[in-house]
Amino acid sequence: MKYFSIAASAAAACLAFSTASAQDVLIKGARVHTVGAAGTLENADVLVQGGRIADIGTVLAAPAGATVIEAKGRELTPGIFGGLTQLGLEELSLEPSTVDSELELTAPAWQHNWRPEFDITPAFNPRSSLIPVARVEGVTWAMSTPSRNHSLIAGQGAAFTLDGRFDAALEGSKTLFVNWGSDAIEGSGGSRAAQYMLFDQAIREVREPNTAGEGALLLPEGRAALKGYLAGGRVVFEVERAADIRQVIRYAKLNGMKPVISGGDEAWIVAQELAAADVPVILNPLNNLPNDFDRLGARLDNAKLLNDAGVRIAFDYETSHQAGKNRQLAGNAAAHGLPREAALAAITAVPAEIFGLGAERGRIEKGKVADLVLWSGDPLEVTTLADLVWIAGNPVEMRSRQTELRDRYLDRLRAK
Amino acid sequence: MQLRDLASQSLWTLLLAVTCTAVITACAAQTQAPAEPAAVASPAPAREPFSSTYDAGDQGPPVLIRNATVLTGTGARIDDGDVLIVNGRIEAVGQSLDAPTGAQVIEAGGRWVTPGLIDVHSHMGSSPSPGVLAHSDGNESTDPVTPNVWVEHSVWPQDPGFEAALQGGITSLQILPGSANLIGGRSVTLKNVPATTVQAMKFPGAPQSLKMACGENPKRVYGRHDRAPKTRMGNVAGYRQAFADAKDYVAKWDKYRAELAKFEKDTDKDAIRPIPPKRDLKLETLAEVMQGKILVQNHCYRADEMANMLDIAQEFGYKISAFHHGVEAYKLADRLAKEGVCGALWTDWWGFKMEAYDGIQENIALVDYPKGGCAIVHSDSEEGIQRLNQEAAKAMARGVRVGLDISPERAIRWVTSNPAHALGIDAQTGSLEAGKMADVVIWNGTPFSVYALADQVFIDGVLRFDRSKPATTPRSDFSL
Repeated sequence: MKYFSIAASAAAACLAFSTASAQDVLIKGARVHTVGAAGTLENADVLVQGGRIADIGTVLAAPAGATVIEAKGRELTPGIFGGLTQLGLEELSLEPSTVDSELELTAPAWQHNWRPEFDITPAFNPRSSLIPVARVEGVTWAMSTPSRNHSLIAGQGAAFTLDGRFDAALEGSKTLFVNWGSDAIEGSGGSRAAQYMLFDQAIREVREPNTAGEGALLLPEGRAALKGYLAGGRVVFEVERAADIRQVIRYAKLNGMKPVISGGDEAWIVAQELAAADVPVILNPLNNLPNDFDRLGARLDNAKLLNDAGVRIAFDYETSHQAGKNRQLAGNAAAHGLPREAALAAITAVPAEIFGLGAERGRIEKGKVADLVLWSGDPLEVTTLADLVWIAGNPVEMRSRQTELRDRYLDRLRAK
Repeated sequence: MQLRDLASQSLWTLLLAVTCTAVITACAAQTQAPAEPAAVASPAPAREPFSSTYDAGDQGPPVLIRNATVLTGTGARIDDGDVLIVNGRIEAVGQSLDAPTGAQVIEAGGRWVTPGLIDVHSHMGSSPSPGVLAHSDGNESTDPVTPNVWVEHSVWPQDPGFEAALQGGITSLQILPGSANLIGGRSVTLKNVPATTVQAMKFPGAPQSLKMACGENPKRVYGRHDRAPKTRMGNVAGYRQAFADAKDYVAKWDKYRAELAKFEKDTDKDAIRPIPPKRDLKLETLAEVMQGKILVQNHCYRADEMANMLDIAQEFGYKISAFHHGVEAYKLADRLAKEGVCGALWTDWWGFKMEAYDGIQENIALVDYPKGGCAIVHSDSEEGIQRLNQEAAKAMARGVRVGLDISPERAIRWVTSNPAHALGIDAQTGSLEAGKMADVVIWNGTPFSVYALADQVFIDGVLRFDRSKPATTPRSDFSL
C-alpha cells in the first residue's frame, strides 16, 4: 500500500515535530509550483525558516536542527484558498445556535437600518471543528464572510489563517460584501431597480450626512463604515447576470469602490469589460445550469473564457464544510480548457492578491509566509491527497474529528 | 448550493423539492390490491396508464469498440479490451473480437470504457433548473405520509439538467420525491434520453420504489407547525401506523377476494355479489411494498436510526433496498452487508445539520469493505450527477490511503452495477455482459480522474452524446 505508507510516515513526521514551533524545515527534491514568475521548478529544494520561505534552490544545505523532508519528486504548492466561506462562523448550517455569520433584519428593505458596520471578525472561532477538516485537505486560509440573506449589504468579512491561532484575521483583508440581482431581491424591496435606488440613497447619506433624516438607511456607525469603502475599499458584489455585472462595474467605479465580482455565472459574456476595468471574478466553474433567470448563460468554460480575456479569476465552492473541494473546482476548470497553472493560481495566488494578501501569501517565493502543501500527486487531481501541510512554517497535525471517527470504525471493521 | 438534501439557506425552497422513483410498465397490472378485476368490460387498453413508452431509437449497424481499457462493472478489468454492440445489446466483451460485417469500428486505444453510470438519487425534473417557485414539485409536504403520490407526475422532461448529466455519462437515474415526509411517494427510474413526456423516458420494466425519510427533515417540516411528527419517536410511530393500516387494507382485500371467488363459484342464485373495499391509493402503495413489488429507498443519516428502520422493515415484512445519505453507514457497515442493504452515499458532504455531523470521507470505502458490502455513490445534486465518476475517484483514493485494496474495476461498481442492483434493474443494465442493454460510456482516459470526460455515451446501443460533434448534443426546449 503505497499511499498508506506515505500517510503513515507523514503522520509520524508530524507527531515528531508537533511540539516544536516554526522549526526550520528543508523540503528536498520537490516539484515546486511557485505560482510566480519562476513557474514550476523540477527537483527543487525549499527552505523554511522562522515561518517564512528563506530560500528556493536546487541543492540547499540543511541548517543545523532543521527537519528534512524528502519530497522524492512530489508536488509542492502554496496553501490552498478555501473560498468565500463561513469557516470559524458555523458548525451546523441548520442549527442557529451554531451559526454566527448573519445579522437578521426583519423590517422591509426600505425601512432598514442598513448595517455595513456588521463585521464577523470578532466572532471567528479558530477551534471550530470544521477547520481541521479543511486543513488536512491543504486549505491553509479562507475568507470568512457574512451570510448574505437578509440585506443588500451583508456586512464585512476578512481572510483568516487556519492554523488554529486565536488572532487569525489576516491584516489588510477586510472586505465589504454586497448582494445583487435576483438572489438579493427579498432584501432589497423586490426588484433590481430598487437595489440601485436604495444603494444610491445609502451613498448619499454617506456623502451628505445632513440629508440622512427620518427613514435613513444608515446609522452613524454605518455611514462611517461605508465611507471607508467609498474611498477605494474592496467590495465583493455577489452577482450573476451579465447585464448586472456591467452595471456593478460602472456603479462601483463611479462611487469610488474597488469591485470584485463573486458568482459571475454569466461573466464570460462581459469578459472584455471585466478585463478592461481590471475587475476580478470569484466563480464556481462547476456552475453550468440555468438555476435561475440570472444564469441562463452559465457554462462550463466560463473560467477559460475569462482567463483568455485576461480577467483575474479565483474559485469558490461557497461551502464551509467542503472548503477542500475548491481544488476539485480547479481541476474541472482545467479539464474544460483553463491552463493548469491558471487553475492552480485561481486557488492560491490570485485570491491572495484579490484580498490584499499577495505580498505575504499565495506563492512560493523567498520571504513569503510558508503556507505549503506537499501532495501525493498532481495537486489538481481528485485522487491526490495532501501528504503534509505547513501553515506559517508549522507542520499541521494531519488529524481531524473525521479521521478519528474513521480510525475508530475502520479498526472495528477490521477486527471482525 | 442547490439540492443538497435540505441543507442550507434555501431550506424551505428545498423542502419543496422531492424525489421519487420509477414506475414499471406493468405496475398497475401487477397490483393486486387495487383495481377490481376488470368488471368494466372495456377493450384491452393499448397500454397501462403511465407505463413506459420509451423507444430506444433507430439501431444502426453493430458497433465494435476496440482496444480500450474496459471496466465491466462486474469487478473485472480487461486491458486492450473490445466491446461489441449489436441491436442495442451487448453482444460480447473480450479481446480481439471480430467485427461483424458492416460494423462501425471505434478505435479506443488509450481510452476507457465503462457501463453507463446510474444515479440512484436525483430530483431532476421535479426540482428542475430553473428553480423558480413554479417548479417546486418535489415535496408533497401537506401530510407526513403520502405514498399515494408518484414523482413521475412532477417530472418536467425539459430540465436542462438531464442533458448535462448525459455528458457526465449518466444513462439511467432514479428520481425520488423529497424528504419532507416520512413516506414521500413513489419514485421513477428513467433512461436519460431527451423526450417530450416522462413516459418516453421511463426505464421499461423498472420497479418503482417508495421514498421514506428518517430523522430531522420530517420532524422539522411538521413539528414547526406543532403537527406530528415533532420528534424521532413521532417519526417511528408514523411509519408503523402507516404500515399497520396497510396490513388491514390488505386483509380487507384478501377477504373480499375470497368472498368474490366464493360468489363466482356459488350456484345459489340469491347470493349477493360482494362489494369491493374502497380503493386507497396510499395504502395500495404500501401494500405493494409489503408484497415486494415496490422497493424501498430510505433517506437515513444516522446508524441508530438505520437500525430502527431495519426493525420496522422486519416488523412489516418489507425489505429496504438502500439507505440514502447514510453519512453514518460506516458505523453499521457489517450489518448492512449482512442484510443485503446498500448504502447510497456522498463522498464529502457532512455537517450541514446535526445528523450529518459524523460524515467521513471514507464512508463509501468502509461500506464497500465487508463481504457483500454494497456501496453506491449518489448525487442528490444537479452538479454532483454530472461527475459521479469523480466522486467515486475521491472515495477510492480515501480508501486506498487507509490501506484498503480498492481498484478502479472494483470502484466502478459503485456507480454502475451496485446502483442497478438497488433499483432492481441489474438484470438489464449496470454491467457490460452479453445480453444486457448497451448502456456504455467511452471516456477519454481513466474515469477516476478530474480530467476525465465522456467522449461518447450510448443508451441501448444508440449514440446519445458525442463530444466530437457538439451540434448533436441534446438541448432541452428550455435551453433554446
